[in-house]
Amino acid sequence: MIEFTLWDIVRNLLLATRWTVLLSLAAFVGGALVGMAVLFFRISKQKWSRRLASGYIALFQGTPLLMQLFLMFFGLPMLGLRIEPWTAAVLGLTFFASAYLAEIWRSGVDALPRGQWDAGASLGLHYLQELRLIILPQAFSITRAPTVGFLVQLIKSTALTSIIGFEELVRTSNAINNATFEPFKVYGLVALIFFLMCFPLTQYARSLEKRAAAR
Amino acid sequence: MAFGWLPGAVGDIAHGAATTILLIAVTTLAGTLLSILGAAGRRNGPLLLRHAIAWYVEVMRNTPFLVQLFFIFFGLPSLGIRLDPILAAMLAMTLNMAAYTIEIVGAGLDAVPGGQTEAALALGLRPRQVFIKIVLPQALKIIYPALTSQIVIMMLESAVVSQIAVRELTYEADMLQARTFRSFETYFVVTLVYLAMSMALRRLLVTGGRRALGAGVS
Repeated sequence: MIEFTLWDIVRNLLLATRWTVLLSLAAFVGGALVGMAVLFFRISKQKWSRRLASGYIALFQGTPLLMQLFLMFFGLPMLGLRIEPWTAAVLGLTFFASAYLAEIWRSGVDALPRGQWDAGASLGLHYLQELRLIILPQAFSITRAPTVGFLVQLIKSTALTSIIGFEELVRTSNAINNATFEPFKVYGLVALIFFLMCFPLTQYARSLEKRAAAR
Repeated sequence: MAFGWLPGAVGDIAHGAATTILLIAVTTLAGTLLSILGAAGRRNGPLLLRHAIAWYVEVMRNTPFLVQLFFIFFGLPSLGIRLDPILAAMLAMTLNMAAYTIEIVGAGLDAVPGGQTEAALALGLRPRQVFIKIVLPQALKIIYPALTSQIVIMMLESAVVSQIAVRELTYEADMLQARTFRSFETYFVVTLVYLAMSMALRRLLVTGGRRALGAGVS
């Protein structure tokens, strides 16, 4: 049997953390892009478009992320796409994130006074210009705290991709645990690594919230 | 796409769904009770307890539920505490939910005007009576919508406990797809079951809350 020192365990976990970080970033960026598209549908003047976006958001917020990942992993090959854990993980988390981010930003758009739209229109701006120059910058700025808060949730959610076979922190820790039989130490360290990634972001979100409340 | 396996699988799916409902029912009761104690302790307890609760909340909120579950199920036995999968799942879900609901309940307690406590004390109620009879019911009414969302989120999160072989809905889905080789169709059907359950749970909580806590709950 190979002996694992504490440093061996930590080193392997840290190497796997790269993938957790990369996946979180990819899903956040992808989620922001798709979320923008969903937001456009959600705040459109057309009723069918708002309905469609609401349905999309309700679907992702009303089903377990694990099921979404399974459907991605087993569904895409049926469309003839060869799929690997990484692709399924990124796509699954991207759609998941897009629904939550669209809903967060929508709350920002709704919070703006009606007069902002009217003022934009009276300046002769058309719809897209109004959104780009007046509405969206303000909506993003007042929802910065919940957006960072969601990033924390997204980082924690990457743990689920271990179940569809993506080699991130948790999957690596399962393998290490199977070799060392020290679950207390291994999962304790994994929790610590997640905590060190998430806690600063949580604190940042909290300070943003305080700043927003003080304004 | 083929759904020929479905009629034979209804029993398994129903059984799994029943276990998921049991899990969330226990978690809701135990988690709410724990968070009332936690929120009260964080406000009125000794300094050490206040710090301990604050750290508990931070640690649980900043680590993944899956890791907490593995820690409890695989890690605790090395301290001599061996739990059944279903007990480990209930414990992990309750501890996780309490971290979120301690903050929610706390916000509710803070939102009840101080004059309510003063008035109740002036009427000769003991501090404990004031908390249970005057402050807590008002706080629960204020936070009820947030509590509802948290319960639904917890039900969706419970899919993860299939990983320690608790025979709930996701576990049954895993077993079914291994038997039928219809992975996508199986997970598709089970996802719809989850969607229906989360919508029904939300509706149940909203109507139940309106009846128990009075108007103003939506």
